Amino acid sequence: MPDNVLVKTNDISLQLQGRSILEDVNLTLRRGELITLIGPNGAGKSTLVRVILGLVKPDSGSVWIAPKARIGYMPQRLSIDPVLPLTVRRFLTLAQRCPETQLVQVLTEVCTEHLLDSPMQSLSGGETQRVLLARAMLREPDLLILDEPVQGVDVGGQEELYRLIGEIRKRHGCGILMISHDLHIVMRTTDEVLCLNRHVCCSGSPDRVRTDPSYVALFGKAPVLTSYSHHHNHSHDAHGDVVSETEDAHKHKEHEHG
Amino acid sequence: MDEFLLRALLAGLGVALVAGPLGAFVVWRKMAYFGDTLAHAALLGVALGFLLQVNINLGVVVVCVLVALLLVMLQQQQRLASDTLLGILAHTTLSLGIIALAFMESLRLDLLSYLFGDILAVSWNDLYWIFGASVLALTVLALIWRPLLAITVHEELAQVEGVPVTRVRLALMLLIALVIAVAMKVVGILLITSLLIIPAATARAFARTPEQMAVIAALVGCVAVSSGLFTSLQWDLPAGPAIVASAALLFFIAPSWRRARA
Repeated sequence: MPDNVLVKTNDISLQLQGRSILEDVNLTLRRGELITLIGPNGAGKSTLVRVILGLVKPDSGSVWIAPKARIGYMPQRLSIDPVLPLTVRRFLTLAQRCPETQLVQVLTEVCTEHLLDSPMQSLSGGETQRVLLARAMLREPDLLILDEPVQGVDVGGQEELYRLIGEIRKRHGCGILMISHDLHIVMRTTDEVLCLNRHVCCSGSPDRVRTDPSYVALFGKAPVLTSYSHHHNHSHDAHGDVVSETEDAHKHKEHEHG
Repeated sequence: MDEFLLRALLAGLGVALVAGPLGAFVVWRKMAYFGDTLAHAALLGVALGFLLQVNINLGVVVVCVLVALLLVMLQQQQRLASDTLLGILAHTTLSLGIIALAFMESLRLDLLSYLFGDILAVSWNDLYWIFGASVLALTVLALIWRPLLAITVHEELAQVEGVPVTRVRLALMLLIALVIAVAMKVVGILLITSLLIIPAATARAFARTPEQMAVIAALVGCVAVSSGLFTSLQWDLPAGPAIVASAALLFFIAPSWRRARA
């Protein structure tokens, strides 16, 4: 395995209750690289991440992770019952003790140092995501795995969070594997996009994927993507819904893989 | 103080000291019904203890652990919701326990004392069991405290960070089984869960950290045991229910007491 490879999966397949979730998925992530997993609901994105993390065993195929690579994981959801009194400080040190300076440093990096002694339950959606990111960063990871990091964050906050993730990659040089729903912001920050719908539909640079027929079939051609590059090839109806490209939208619904 | 009263008080305090911190986890992990199920299963353990002529406490622990393992197996099939499975196991084991006890005709057993506790009849031998179990359970709990807290907050995150999830969960189950076995003498099978959850729930109003909540829960339990025993003697009330009622009273006045202090 070349030195800079962090994760390599070989033909991962998995069925759950007779339903195929993943089919021969291959993925390679290198140090310093940011790969974004996109795909419709039920495409197996979270499952693939869980297989890589070792939380789920695949039916066939294998996962190779660089020896001694430290993994920082940011799960999709965190809800802590109010009955458990837990401050941010305590939450960050659940897995390992660490000195105050390091806690402050990592919280500062995600702009939440003022929350150190706040109860976890008092945090907003965006703050919770940042604290989760901080906990992943505390492990000084070589590999950062983020499962929908902007979930529950308002639009302005989403952009900010993606910017932060991009900065972390630059500063720490870790490899990042990220699941995202949001197509158009992500496309600007990622090196490689992997479009998953049980199997890998297409992958490559954002520009390449954007024009790939299987991507277009899944997500439609224009709407979400071109809204920032100002190609007004669609219009909105009274409800703000996109009305052009009806044929593609139709095809999207009928698209059925494997 | 009469010796029987001293023994009763010591037994109650011994159980309350460990039931508080353990109860905090029962509350955090939403395991109240799980505790209840193991408590119901305890009667089957009593019956087996008599039948096989082994120590009753041992019988209870073994049956509780078996029921817990059975539950894990059934949960993995994912056909029925956990609370349905717990309901099935709780009442099946309780019924089997009563049937088994009924068969042992030679034994004149006071079923009520098992259902609602008989703290005033605690022997020195019982006390050794209670304190042995309490010290053991508190030690183990202290050792697994951090990983247990980690899996309570987010199990998969903890697993990725290297916590041996299955082992820690199994340890917690064993601790609950152990405490139920010794708490049976104090408040009885039907009331054991209350000793786990009421002090912990009461402590929530005053705690700012998980550790504070555990310690305060232990103290609340001790106050409930002492005042329950006192009222039981004063007005000739059944001791186990009096202890639980005291705990409940503390639970209901806790929020206003806290407001008054603030």
